[in-house]
Amino acid sequence: MAENKTAAYICKGCEIDKRVDVAGLVKAATKSGKMNLVREHDFLCSAEGVAMIKNDIENEGVTHAALCACSRRAKTEAFNFPTIAMSRGNLREGVIWIRPDTDEARETTQEMAEDYVRMACAEVKAMTVPPGNQKTGSVKTLLVVGGGMSGMTSALESSKAGYKVVLVEKSAALGGWAAKLYKRVPTREPFKAPEDNGVADMVARIDADSNIKVYLNATIAKTDGAPGRFKVDIAIESGSMAQEDVGAIIQATGFTLYDANKLPEFGYGKTPNVVDQAGLEALAKAAAAEGKPICRPSDGQPVKSVVFVQCAGQRDPSGTHLQYCSGFCCNTSIKQATYFKDSNPDIDTVVLFTDLRTPGNGEDFYRAAQNRGVVFSKGVVSQVTPNGNACTVKFKDLILNEDTEAQADLVVLATGMVPVSGVNIDAVAAAPVEAEAAVEGEAPKEVVATIAPESILNLTYRQGPDMPQFKHGFTDSHFICFPYETRRTGIYTAGPVRRPMDILQAQEDATGAAMKAIQAMENAGLGKAAHPRAGDLSFPTVRLEGCTQCKRCTVECPFGAIDEDEKRFPLFNESRCRRCGTCMGACPVRVISFENYSVNTVGAQIKAVDVPDEFSEKPRILILACENDAYPALDMAGMNRHEYDPYVRVIPVRCLGSVNTIWITDALNGGYDGVMLMGCKHGEDYQCHFVKGSELGRYRLSKVGDTLKGMNLETDRVKDLEVAITDMATLPQKINEYAALIKSFPPSPFKGF
Amino acid sequence: MGDMNTQMADRYKNNFLKEIEEQAEMGEWVKMCMQCGLCSGSCPTNFQAGWDHPPQEIFMMIRAGKRDEVLASNSMWMCTSCYNCYVRCPRKVPVTHVMHGIAEYAYRIGRSPKNQPTQHLSKTFWDNCTKYGRVNEVKLTQTLYFKDGIGSGIKKAMEMQSVAMGLVKSGRLNLMEAVGGGHKCKDLKGIHAMLTKAKELEAQRKAAKATPAG
Repeated sequence: MAENKTAAYICKGCEIDKRVDVAGLVKAATKSGKMNLVREHDFLCSAEGVAMIKNDIENEGVTHAALCACSRRAKTEAFNFPTIAMSRGNLREGVIWIRPDTDEARETTQEMAEDYVRMACAEVKAMTVPPGNQKTGSVKTLLVVGGGMSGMTSALESSKAGYKVVLVEKSAALGGWAAKLYKRVPTREPFKAPEDNGVADMVARIDADSNIKVYLNATIAKTDGAPGRFKVDIAIESGSMAQEDVGAIIQATGFTLYDANKLPEFGYGKTPNVVDQAGLEALAKAAAAEGKPICRPSDGQPVKSVVFVQCAGQRDPSGTHLQYCSGFCCNTSIKQATYFKDSNPDIDTVVLFTDLRTPGNGEDFYRAAQNRGVVFSKGVVSQVTPNGNACTVKFKDLILNEDTEAQADLVVLATGMVPVSGVNIDAVAAAPVEAEAAVEGEAPKEVVATIAPESILNLTYRQGPDMPQFKHGFTDSHFICFPYETRRTGIYTAGPVRRPMDILQAQEDATGAAMKAIQAMENAGLGKAAHPRAGDLSFPTVRLEGCTQCKRCTVECPFGAIDEDEKRFPLFNESRCRRCGTCMGACPVRVISFENYSVNTVGAQIKAVDVPDEFSEKPRILILACENDAYPALDMAGMNRHEYDPYVRVIPVRCLGSVNTIWITDALNGGYDGVMLMGCKHGEDYQCHFVKGSELGRYRLSKVGDTLKGMNLETDRVKDLEVAITDMATLPQKINEYAALIKSFPPSPFKGF
Repeated sequence: MGDMNTQMADRYKNNFLKEIEEQAEMGEWVKMCMQCGLCSGSCPTNFQAGWDHPPQEIFMMIRAGKRDEVLASNSMWMCTSCYNCYVRCPRKVPVTHVMHGIAEYAYRIGRSPKNQPTQHLSKTFWDNCTKYGRVNEVKLTQTLYFKDGIGSGIKKAMEMQSVAMGLVKSGRLNLMEAVGGGHKCKDLKGIHAMLTKAKELEAQRKAAKATPAG
């Protein structure tokens, strides 16, 4: 390896030189930072300044540079030197913009700036240039699991973008639920009449597409590998096994209708004249094939009156049935009511609803149905009883506030969507524990059987065979910020398996998932990270000789990137890694690191801060801030000139999950008076970019109180704060409040050791 | 008139919505209501004046086939035609016109509420106006005041005495109207001819609707 040459660059622009003594900063970089080369510049991000740095890299052999100017989030295009290790000292947003320009403040502002210069120098010396993931695969074929509307759309769109697709469908034909529809809800102007379901056309396009290889009557027996190099075993009807190499996967396994048998109060199963929405589509298809009107199943007579029951087994606050709204059923019932009105306007057609939800252009369709004479009544159905060849529908009219009833030849229940997500891996992981806890005699097998239907992907991942699930069994998706993203890199879910949606939404979803999958394949081929650190070339490395096989990294990795090898050592699949650093934060023996982000890069910064002695009345507070939300919020606080305490020193971290407790103990041992952690909201409505990172980090850090007690320190010295990117105005206030609390404590007894 | 009610009830059987759609003016709008309740919320009379049902409920009752309750409801007669509901309806339903259409239909088939004051005013106003070609204010007031007998009529007149005197003094009320003097319409015959023609046209239109098609 060539010899390291370190350099520090101090920018004087943006009034930095007016607010701080630049000579002092140069001294800090030279004396404390021990940089080989220290330069100052009037305007570092200008073409001239950048040229100066480039010249140093090429002619002076600079390999490590600390750029002390603005925030690392600013001027990233100008300061783009991929061949060297680089750190940034935040003198602008982090110092001069958050401090008042007064004579009294000058001294503390200068100290702050000098500390940030020392920290940048210390950090860069602990870094190396990331070479990119070498263990990569460059397969550019996409696997789509599920041949319904979503799956077919993903396949066609990927093919259009020039990628090969393997499409696997469990049943004997493509089309899924859409193929069972007589017609579909209108998709174009004037949104008034039901349209052809469009399946035949898509199937024909897939058949004619040489990029798309279709497996029917096939399931996924095994999925092994990582983005860019998945190996998939496909079980075909004949009993044989086909193997495909794919680069990324889209799971579009869709939904089933909520089982209407669970709604005996609505007469389902008691009379054939109560059907669910799929049942009505079947009746309509059969009737159209025979050229007859839709008939009553009980006696084959044409239907003269029909009642649609919305939200059947949905939006149930009691928790017995589905708790959510499936979103598509109102439009579907409107469409089905139209079937009747279009064949005979005299058919009595009533839709009983509590809230009619017709997203998008459904409103036009709703109006068109009203114009056709479909009656919409706001009412809650309590009971449907068979009554000869008819049904009596008891309901409460919510407008007239009275219990009433209606007679109908046919009753249609809008039962809603249940996702086909495969195995609930969290429940399976918890099952043995539950079974152990249960009194003996209870068969633990049953527990697993009820929560574990057959797996869809059969992943060989340590963390389970299927995608993680969120609320109500829908597959994982970062629904707040990045809805296409899942916790399995290179595997995307699309369509109703992800959340309830109609055909149009599913097609849009499938197109988006195809784009993300293509991006993931391409990034994997280049050895780069996928979202949210897209393009990051660093990846975790482990010093196995120091590993104690505690398995914390394999258990905690939110993305299932780490398996275990035969000797039970962690086996990193770098292509599956999102570079959040949760493994690094978890590792109790600190053997996991990234080239440009490690226990050392942060530890060196903590040690580089000059901690004044206990008589100075200048406390030091360390802030470890999530770089995704908290750090930008701090930057924006600076841009808005919200001032905060001069005794804090902020170090950005990739995620709260990457915070290793050694940093906190080191800081406290080094004489810091307090440590503040800033991470994203966790829990069900999390905002963490890495989904579980902040939660795992918080859990780990909740144990830090014992450490503090062991050191005879007040437990309030470590504070955990949930920060959103929008908190730029309130954040400085919270910092100041915390700083006031710290100042109320006696100085840390560890100063000066 | 009672005959017409039975005739209509028989013809439409249980389909009151269809009856309103075909027989009441603007009745075809009833089906377009989406039950948001904005009309009821916008009504300035706020049902404090004794409305039987807010407009949203009237629409729902029509769909639920509550024929007797709707036709006998006083709601349509309480409308002041401020048009707030019409302006605000997100479905652009002309609620004011629909209410008037239903009121007129109920009256036509003899099912409107009996002794309903605003209905009485409408009838009196219309008769007075068409008879004289313009409103004879003294006679209109007389008819209204003495609707419930001589005693209450005199009492009401005495209560309003000072107002009446003020109107007379400022020339806004001519007492001669009581005896055939005062303001007159220039061409009473012409107006009567116009009204007769209009009645004829309307009768034709309604007769066409009242007889079942085919």
